[in-house]
Amino acid sequence: MLKLLFQYLIFPGFLFSACVGLIACWVDRKVTARVQYRVGPPWYQNFVDIIKLLGKETIVPEGSRLTFLLAPYFGLLSVVLVAMILGRTLISPVESFIGDLIVVLYLLVIPAISLIIGAFASRNPFASVGGSREMKLVLGYELVFILSVITVIIKTSSNIRLDNILIFQQEFGSLVFSWSGLIAFICALICTQAKLGFVPFDMAEAEQEIMAGALIEYSGLPLAIFRLTKAILLYVMPLFLIVLFMGKDTSPIFLIAKYILILVIIILIKNTNPRLRIDQALKFFWGKLAILNIIAVVLAMLGY
Amino acid sequence: MNLKLKALTKSIWVFHAATSPCNNCDIEILDLLTPRHDVERFGMVLVGSVRHADALLVTGVPNYKTKERLKKLYSQAPKPCIVVAIGGCACGRIMFRDSYNSPCAVDEIIPVDVYIPGCPPKPEAMIAGIVKLINKINKAQT
Repeated sequence: MLKLLFQYLIFPGFLFSACVGLIACWVDRKVTARVQYRVGPPWYQNFVDIIKLLGKETIVPEGSRLTFLLAPYFGLLSVVLVAMILGRTLISPVESFIGDLIVVLYLLVIPAISLIIGAFASRNPFASVGGSREMKLVLGYELVFILSVITVIIKTSSNIRLDNILIFQQEFGSLVFSWSGLIAFICALICTQAKLGFVPFDMAEAEQEIMAGALIEYSGLPLAIFRLTKAILLYVMPLFLIVLFMGKDTSPIFLIAKYILILVIIILIKNTNPRLRIDQALKFFWGKLAILNIIAVVLAMLGY
Repeated sequence: MNLKLKALTKSIWVFHAATSPCNNCDIEILDLLTPRHDVERFGMVLVGSVRHADALLVTGVPNYKTKERLKKLYSQAPKPCIVVAIGGCACGRIMFRDSYNSPCAVDEIIPVDVYIPGCPPKPEAMIAGIVKLINKINKAQT
């Protein structure tokens, strides 16, 4: 029990993933700045941001106050749980349980749901526009994401345990080097972009058109929690992709190298694309990407 | 207490409150974000929502309509919140002082912490003003 609590709060869980996530956020800001020929913030910038937000006044708008204040915590708790499950799988694979892949899939939706609930609870018109966009986006990318996970399950002979997927890849090589795995990986990478709320899929928080969108009414502590959730998600999502598609070698050096590779790809996609409209995003996910991913599933069933 | 203010001075999120300016100061403010000046080095970011703001950048002369809006904006911002008056208009209304549609100056509506005169002030002048404010806060702490 104490060990579980330690794992949840400190090592693969909250403290560790928050630190890594905030540094990953700094990498994001720094690379963005370098792409735009700027200097960019110092490495501790995101930690300072969080501390500053903790010290600010929290303004609660009229409406359902309790929902408004509680919504950020659900997202944070679930995303920390994902960080813990993935971390435990990578450190000591025996500790994973049957079906943890599906648990992770469900837990990864909760941050988006908490954002939607918080946005609607604030009763702000901009926030509700942002919330409804986020909802449509979730409907869009979740189909493709699950399809690419199904490709992985088929490739690894119907495994829904993360450690078995890792063991399979250690024996037969990373899935990303097979045709179906490659297609599924590309689709999952684009879904990651949408899950993180990065450009081209940041219409829920579109700063230029609906100000901060879903987060518009949040200030102080709840805003800090939302930013922390985003940061931990930035650590968790690439890690999940590594476990699913690049699990050949999980020694720390290779793990960090793969993580940085995926992170930089995500950031470069973010910096070289304009924002899509919500209808374009839905068409993209349900049209092109879904068809591409169904091809990947068929290829996986044929054994490619 | 100390840590709170220290963190605030290291990451100032600014909100742009334009109270009927001529847009000259606004362009100069946006100039701060460009590669030449890049205030993100100091953690300053332009935010869209006033709830996220640590500093209000007020430009222009308030008229009868924007006066009310400015008061509302200040009450909506989470405290502690810094107010920076940018440009001659916001500092002292210059030639609009006796104008029929200018009821009062910015500092008669909300408390102003920094005045940055100029028409428009240079981006360097704005950075200098913010640095002076940060030094003042740090000195008051010790």
